[in-house]
Amino acid sequence: MRINEEGERFPLTMYDWDAEKGTATVVCQAIGVSTKKLCALNEGDSILDVVGPLGHATNTEDIGKVICVGGGVGTAEAYPIAKGLRKNGNDVTVIIGARNKDLVICEESLRKFCDKVYVTTDDGTYGQKGFVTDVLEKLIEKDTPDLVFAIGPAIMMKMVSEMTRKKHIKTLVSLNSIMIDGTGMCGGCRVQYDGEVKFACVDGPEFDGHKVDFDDLTRRGKRYSDKEKKALEHYEEKCRMGLEK
Amino acid sequence: MREQDPKQRIKNFNEVPYGYNKEEAMAEAARCLQCKTQPCVQGCPVEIDIPGFILAIKEERFSDSIKIVKATNNLPAVCGRVCPQEDQCEKVCVLEKAGKPINIGALERFISDWERENRSEVNKENIAAGEAAAKVAVIGAGPAGLTCASDLNKMGYKVTIFEALHKPGGVLAYGIPEFRLPKNIVTDEVDEIEASGVELKNNYIIGKIKKIEDLREDGYKAFFIASGAGLPYFMNIPGENLNGVYSANEFLTRVNLMKAYLFPRYDTPINVGKKVAVVGAGNVAMDSARSALRLGAEKVSIVYRRTEQEMPARIDEIHHAQEEGIEFHLLTSPVQISGDETGEVTKLVCLKNKLGEPDSSGRRRPISIEGSEFEMEMDTVIIAIGNGPNPVLLETIDGLKLNKWGNIEANEENCETSIEDIFAGGDIVTGAATVIAAMGAGKHAARSIDKFLKS
Ligand SMILES: Cc1cc2nc3c(=O)[nH]c(=O)nc-3n(C[C@H](O)[C@H](O)[C@H](O)COP(=O)(O)OP(=O)(O)OC[C@H]3O[C@@H](n4cnc5c(N)ncnc54)[C@H](O)[C@@H]3O)c2cc1C
Ligand code: FES
Repeated sequence: MRINEEGERFPLTMYDWDAEKGTATVVCQAIGVSTKKLCALNEGDSILDVVGPLGHATNTEDIGKVICVGGGVGTAEAYPIAKGLRKNGNDVTVIIGARNKDLVICEESLRKFCDKVYVTTDDGTYGQKGFVTDVLEKLIEKDTPDLVFAIGPAIMMKMVSEMTRKKHIKTLVSLNSIMIDGTGMCGGCRVQYDGEVKFACVDGPEFDGHKVDFDDLTRRGKRYSDKEKKALEHYEEKCRMGLEK
Repeated sequence: MREQDPKQRIKNFNEVPYGYNKEEAMAEAARCLQCKTQPCVQGCPVEIDIPGFILAIKEERFSDSIKIVKATNNLPAVCGRVCPQEDQCEKVCVLEKAGKPINIGALERFISDWERENRSEVNKENIAAGEAAAKVAVIGAGPAGLTCASDLNKMGYKVTIFEALHKPGGVLAYGIPEFRLPKNIVTDEVDEIEASGVELKNNYIIGKIKKIEDLREDGYKAFFIASGAGLPYFMNIPGENLNGVYSANEFLTRVNLMKAYLFPRYDTPINVGKKVAVVGAGNVAMDSARSALRLGAEKVSIVYRRTEQEMPARIDEIHHAQEEGIEFHLLTSPVQISGDETGEVTKLVCLKNKLGEPDSSGRRRPISIEGSEFEMEMDTVIIAIGNGPNPVLLETIDGLKLNKWGNIEANEENCETSIEDIFAGGDIVTGAATVIAAMGAGKHAARSIDKFLKS
């Protein structure tokens, strides 16, 4: 979406939707300019451009035992997948990871349809202290799932994929590379995958976690860090001057 | 034509040629011999009555002149600026042999700009069709799609254009930079097409949001696919995923569509280092190189595997690039991009070439010289070696025949494809070509669609 004339085009996962009412729900954490702009909107405000859904839809049918791992705001992306999987009769376990208690999201909504929800926090302020991989390790030790879904920061997806690789458990990750058009036209979202170049926006967003080059993903994800900071300062300055919300 | 001084213009994104004033235009128009044979008209892919509009300029009948142009060309302010006239109308101008053809492009630009400034004098009528008219869907709002839609609307059909991006224009909006084609001109020309009754739906990717079969169910009776050449090619050499490497499409989209040259006023960033290499020598490469210069690069180099003679860019644009101080490394092929531990580009490693036998395109094939490897220090590398067809839509149409490059197989005369109600034209059929060729295809398609719907 693009919030206003000056805004970037940025991708968000559809958290929920209601085709009859014609609504789509997104969850976002106000971190950079675009997400801050989105979070500053009030009821009745409008978003300039919305396009989607894009990319390939998730297959949630006939899988069997699935463990969904959501890290940080990625949990909001794991939610619709877990929901779809449950609806289609799969056996679903969810592991939520967050830095601290305040950043744990979607737990209640997930528990509505899923009775196996584990929560970890880095600092131990809620749930189990530690990382999602600590829980995952124990779970796959006991019983091998048919599929693991991991959605969150690159480093988390990498750790999960490395853990499941050893046990040959199929693992899908959802890649959040920097995008512009989202139509396969620019190649800015490209990722190294199994020795090839793939465009996350049209070939993905889901990829086999055992074939993704996560170091490349992390590196490319940082290519505008300085500029992102500058853009944020500029926006906050404008907010202070009352030119933006 | 008068132009912005190179030293000044490399610091801004304003248009480079100033365009004729009234006196200059009338003087140039007076040079036209008004030949009976009209070779220029045959040289024009959309067959503008060139002597006619030029005569009207000479006689200061400007409203008549623009009407003549617009009878066959709905994007004249664009064409006057970006058409390769030197290969078309001006190439066959009788005065070409005497050394100086009529500057037809500049006259076309003059008369379109005159109209935009004096709009109230010209009719802008809505000729939208009634509810009963057949519905036609056009996919892609580039020059091919816009032209086809405008013509079908004039014929009385109800036309909807579906455009993937948030702005119409195709390459005119996201590819060609402001200093060559000011975006307000594209907006104005598209607005006029919309005002005449064509419906435009932006942010609408056919193949994802709806498929052709869904549109059939919605009552559309014919389809024109004009989705362009929107898939960037990479070189498949080591280092292409490094942080300072852009496809020209990404680079230009950030700059033009997202206005990264106005960062941080606009949120979309772009990184341009001190030393920039652009690989390729077409219009896309020249546009990328000249944009990089304007974004603060100290040294910009075009790296091209053949020689100056084979460069596909318009001559004007090559001259402009040279005037602006862009370096040309010819007979040079990159083999690797090297980077540092943080993933930033540091060097472009190349081989020198010599020319061999002509290849299938008739141009002499570059052959690399063994042991000629050398390095150039670089911070940014922009890859402008061409674009292919974007498969997102094509994958979703069962039975649509594609050629071996993935372009739609369509009859170039009537734009028919392997599916009866689907027509196609522009870059999606021909591969990356020109604005005017795409417009020509749009015209042919409109005629064929009319015939198809009447049969
Ligand atoms: C940087 C650059 C400079 C150029 N300079 C010149 C020049 O000086 N002179 C010249 O004559 N030519 C030039 N060209 C070439 C010229 O622009 C193209 O040949 C021409 O634009 C092709 O027109 P088109 O309508 O076929 O496609 P495009 O202009 O590519 O338009 C296609 C449109 O379709 C949309 N689309 C794609 N897929 C879908 C989908 N699934 N659903 C909905 N919409 C979709 C795209 O978003 C786009 O807007 C240049 C090209 C580039 C890239
Ligand atoms: S975002 Fe441009 S190709 Fe994926």
